[in-house]
Amino acid sequence: MPETVLLKGVRRYGEGEPVDVLAAEGVIAEIAQGITPPEGADVIDAEGHVLLPGFVDLHTHLREPGREDTETVATGSAAAALGGYTAVFAMANTDPVADTAVVVEHVRRAGEAAGLVDVHPVGAVTVGLKGEKLAELGTMAESAARVRMFSDDGLCVHDPLIMRRALEYSRALGAVIAQHAEEPRLTVGAQAHEGTQAARLGLAGWPASAEESIVARDCILAAHAAARLHICHVSASGTVDVLRWAKQRGTQVSAEVTPHHLLLTHDRLDTYDPVNKVNPPLRTGADAKTLREALAEGVVDCVATDHAPHAEQDKDCEWQAARPGMLGLQTALSIVAETMVRPGLLTWRDVARVMSERPAEIARLADQGRPIAEGEPATLTLVDPDARWTVRGAEFASIAANTPYEGMELPARVTATLLRGRVIARDGRIR
Amino acid sequence: MASRSRDATGAAAERELLSAGDVARTVARMAHQVIEKTAVGADTEPPVLLGIPTRGAPLADRLAERISEFAGVTVPHGSIDITLYRDDLRRRPTRPLEHTRMPESGIDGRIVILVDDVLFSGRSIRAALDALRDQGRPKAVQLAVLVDRGHRELPIRADYVGKNVPTSRAEDVSVLLTETDGRDAVLLRPAREEGQS
Amino acid sequence: MKHLLAAEGLDRDTVTDLLDTADELKHTLLGREVRKLPTLRGRTVITVFYENSTRTRVSFELAGKWMSADVINVSAGGSSVGKGESLRDTALTLTAAGADCVIIRHPASGAAHRLAHWLADTPAAVVNAGDGMHEHPTQALLDAATMREKLGSLDGRRIGIVGDVLHSRVARSNVHLLTCLGAEVAIVAPPTLLPSGIGTWPVTVSHEIDAELPSLDAVMMLRVQAERMHGGFFPSAREYAIGYGLSEARAALLPEHAVILHPGPMLRGMEIASRVADAPNALVTDQVANGVHVRMAVLYHLLASEGAESA
Repeated sequence: MPETVLLKGVRRYGEGEPVDVLAAEGVIAEIAQGITPPEGADVIDAEGHVLLPGFVDLHTHLREPGREDTETVATGSAAAALGGYTAVFAMANTDPVADTAVVVEHVRRAGEAAGLVDVHPVGAVTVGLKGEKLAELGTMAESAARVRMFSDDGLCVHDPLIMRRALEYSRALGAVIAQHAEEPRLTVGAQAHEGTQAARLGLAGWPASAEESIVARDCILAAHAAARLHICHVSASGTVDVLRWAKQRGTQVSAEVTPHHLLLTHDRLDTYDPVNKVNPPLRTGADAKTLREALAEGVVDCVATDHAPHAEQDKDCEWQAARPGMLGLQTALSIVAETMVRPGLLTWRDVARVMSERPAEIARLADQGRPIAEGEPATLTLVDPDARWTVRGAEFASIAANTPYEGMELPARVTATLLRGRVIARDGRIR
Repeated sequence: MASRSRDATGAAAERELLSAGDVARTVARMAHQVIEKTAVGADTEPPVLLGIPTRGAPLADRLAERISEFAGVTVPHGSIDITLYRDDLRRRPTRPLEHTRMPESGIDGRIVILVDDVLFSGRSIRAALDALRDQGRPKAVQLAVLVDRGHRELPIRADYVGKNVPTSRAEDVSVLLTETDGRDAVLLRPAREEGQS
Repeated sequence: MKHLLAAEGLDRDTVTDLLDTADELKHTLLGREVRKLPTLRGRTVITVFYENSTRTRVSFELAGKWMSADVINVSAGGSSVGKGESLRDTALTLTAAGADCVIIRHPASGAAHRLAHWLADTPAAVVNAGDGMHEHPTQALLDAATMREKLGSLDGRRIGIVGDVLHSRVARSNVHLLTCLGAEVAIVAPPTLLPSGIGTWPVTVSHEIDAELPSLDAVMMLRVQAERMHGGFFPSAREYAIGYGLSEARAALLPEHAVILHPGPMLRGMEIASRVADAPNALVTDQVANGVHVRMAVLYHLLASEGAESA
C-alpha cells in the first residue's frame, strides 16, 4: 500500500521560507504552506529541517558475497538509509569477484530483497580484478543488474593497454570506468602517505605520485578513447591539478572525494591504530584543504564514502597486518557539514549537488538526484542542520564498527530518508 | 653543644646533636677504636673500609684518612652501593644507582669494615652484607656507624658507634657532611610525612 | 616510565639516568666471578621474537638473568605464534600467565605500541626490541653508552650515520637519542635510501661521505640488508661500497679521536673494510658488551619499582 507522507515546515535545499511537502503515490504531490494532512498520512514535523534529494553513493563496499561477517547487502542498505542515501553502488571486490552476470545479479536481487535503497552492483573491469583480461562487461551491462559502472576498486587497472580497451569498450555500453588510481610499482608494501609521518613512524610510503601519475595517464587515455572516466577517492592535491587540466581540455572525467580525506590527516597515525588505515592513505592537512576547495569549486565532482567494513580481528592488530578501509555511510553527511558547510565552502544546495545530483548524473540514474518539485520522485533526505551527535560505531547498522570518528561530536543529522515516497529511515531507525 | 632552631612556622624544627667539631672528634675517636680492635700496625694487614653511599662513602674516606694518619699505614677504602640488594625496591620510586668502588686490594681474606652514617632498622646493612658476598669472601666483616638511633628490625649490631642517640620513630636523624651537604652536622628532626610518623 | 617503546619522546634526564645506571652496573659487575644481582628476583620477563636476532635476544636474556629475573624466550617458530595466533592474543596470554615484562621484536612498525595498548590495563611493561622500520631504542642507548665511554659527554659532538636510513630502525632511534643528548647528527646516504620526510628531522643530510668524515667525532655505519641490494635502491654492491663504504682510506679522514660503530652483523668489504672493522677505534665488540648493561638498566628502571610515585 503506497504511503502518504507529509513533511511539515521544511526548507528545500536549506533555502527560502519553510513549506510543507506532501509525498503520495511515490512522487511529490504538493509543495505549499499549511497543507492539511490527508487522512492516514504520516506527518513528520520537521520544522527548520533541510530537505535534500536522496543521496547517491558511487562507492560502497557491501562485502556480500564473501564477507557477510562484516556487512551484508541488507545491513549495508540499512546503514545507507540511515545515512540519508537512497542509492548505493556496491563495489566488485567481493568473493567471488563481481565479474560475471551471476554475481552482479545476486547483489542486485539481495538489494531488492533488503528493500531499503537502490543497490547498484559495480562490475569488475578485469577478470578476478587481476588486471589481465577484460571481464564480460557487455554481459553484465545486459544482465538484470543493468551494470553501468565498472571498477576494479581496491586494485588499479594498471596495464595501460587494458585500461585503454576498457575505456573504449565501455562507450558502446553507455558505461563509465571508475579507476582506483594507484600505480602498483610505486606502492609495493605501502602503508601510509609518503611524507613526514611515514618517515617518522617507519611505515613504507604511499607516494602521491602513484595516484597523480595514473590519473594523468587515464585522463589522456579517456580523451583519446572519447570515453567516460571516473576517478575514485581522490586523495592528493596534485591529482586536483591534473583533473583541472583534463577538464579544461574537455575530457569526460569526473572525480569523487571521500569524507575521511576531507577531514582526517596522517597526523592521526601516531598511535598506529589501524582504524586510520585506508587506501589511498590519509594525507597531509594541505591535501585535505586542497580537496575541500576542489569539491567546492567542482573540480572534484562529488562525495563518495568508500564505506569499507572490516572485522575486528582485521583491524585490531598490527598496522601492517590490518586491512585498509573505514565505515562511512552513517557519518558522510555530518563530515560534509563539518568540513564544507560550517566553514562556508558549500551551501546546502551545493550539498545536494555533491551528494545527490552529480553522482546520479555520473552513474546516469534517471530517477535519483531529481529536483524537489511537484511531480518529481519523492526520493528525499531530511537533515536537522543544528543537531549535534556523538559517534558510536557499535550503534551503527553495519555489522563492522570500524569508524575512525568514534567518540567525535559531529554536526547535522539525517532525520528521515524517503525512497519513492516511502519512509525507509526515520530518527535513526529503519522503517 | 645542643642548640635549637626554628622553622618558618615557629615550631620546633630540628635539634643539632653533633656540631662540625663534634663530627671531627667522633671520627677521630672511631679511628682509634678501629686501630685498637683490628690491631692495625706495620706487621698486620690493615682492614678494608667500604662506605655505604650516599654518606657512608665520604665517612669511610675520612675514617681511612684518620687511621692512616694515626697508625702510619695506608688503609684501602672504597664504597659499596646496596641499591640493587635492597628489599624495599618495589615499594619505592626507582632509585638511581650509587658508585661502587672496590679498592685494588680486593676484599678476599681481609677484614672489611662497612661504614654508614646512621644505623636504624639494620636493613641497609643486611643488603650491604649481601652485596659484599657477591664481591668476594672477607675474613671478617665489621660495622662502623656515626650514629646508632635504635629501632633495629634485624639482629645486627655495630662494632664502632660514634654516638648512641635514643630516638622515637616520629623523629629523623640527618647526618650532613661537607662532601654531600656543604657542612658537617648531625640533626634530629621531626620525621617527614612519608616516614613513620 | 611504564614502557620503553621508542627513543623519540625520551627526555634528557631519563636518558642520562638510564646511561648512568648502565655505567654503574658495568662497574659493579666488572671482574666479578658471579655476575648475578638479586634485584629482579621473582619477576618474569618474556622475550617474544617474531624475527630472528640471536644477538639482541641473548643480550636481553642475559640482562634479565644477571638481575635474577625469570626469563622465558618465545620464538615465532616454537609456539602458537607460529600457528597464526594474533599478536594481541599472544600478548594477552603471556600477561595472563604472569609476565611482568614483554620484550618484543616484530617486523611490523608500531607492533610494540599496539602491544602496550592491548596491555594498558595490566601492570606489564613492554620493551621494544625492534619494530619494523620504526625504532630500536635499546640499540640507540647502547650506541650512546659506547660513545659516551670513549668521548665523554655527547653534547656538541658531531655524529655521522651512514647508509640505509630509509629502512633503518637503528637510525631512527639514534637520531632521536643523540639529538636529545645534545649531539649533532649528520646523515650520509644515497637519495634512494633517505625517507622522503627527512627534511623535518633535526639532522644534516649529505651524499658526500668524504666531506663529512673530517668533522665527525663518531661514525655509525648502517647495515645494508640483502633485499635492498636487489631492490634497485642502488646499482650494485660494488658501487655502494665505492660511494658509501668505510674504506681504510676513508677511515683515515676521521679525526684521531673519532670512533666507529656498527650495529652488526657487519658485511665486511661492503659497508666497512675488514681492517677498519678490526681497528682499535672500531667499537663493535664494546657495543655488544654495553648492550647487556644498557638492557639491565632498562629492566631495572621498568621493573625494580612498583611505586606509583615513580617518575
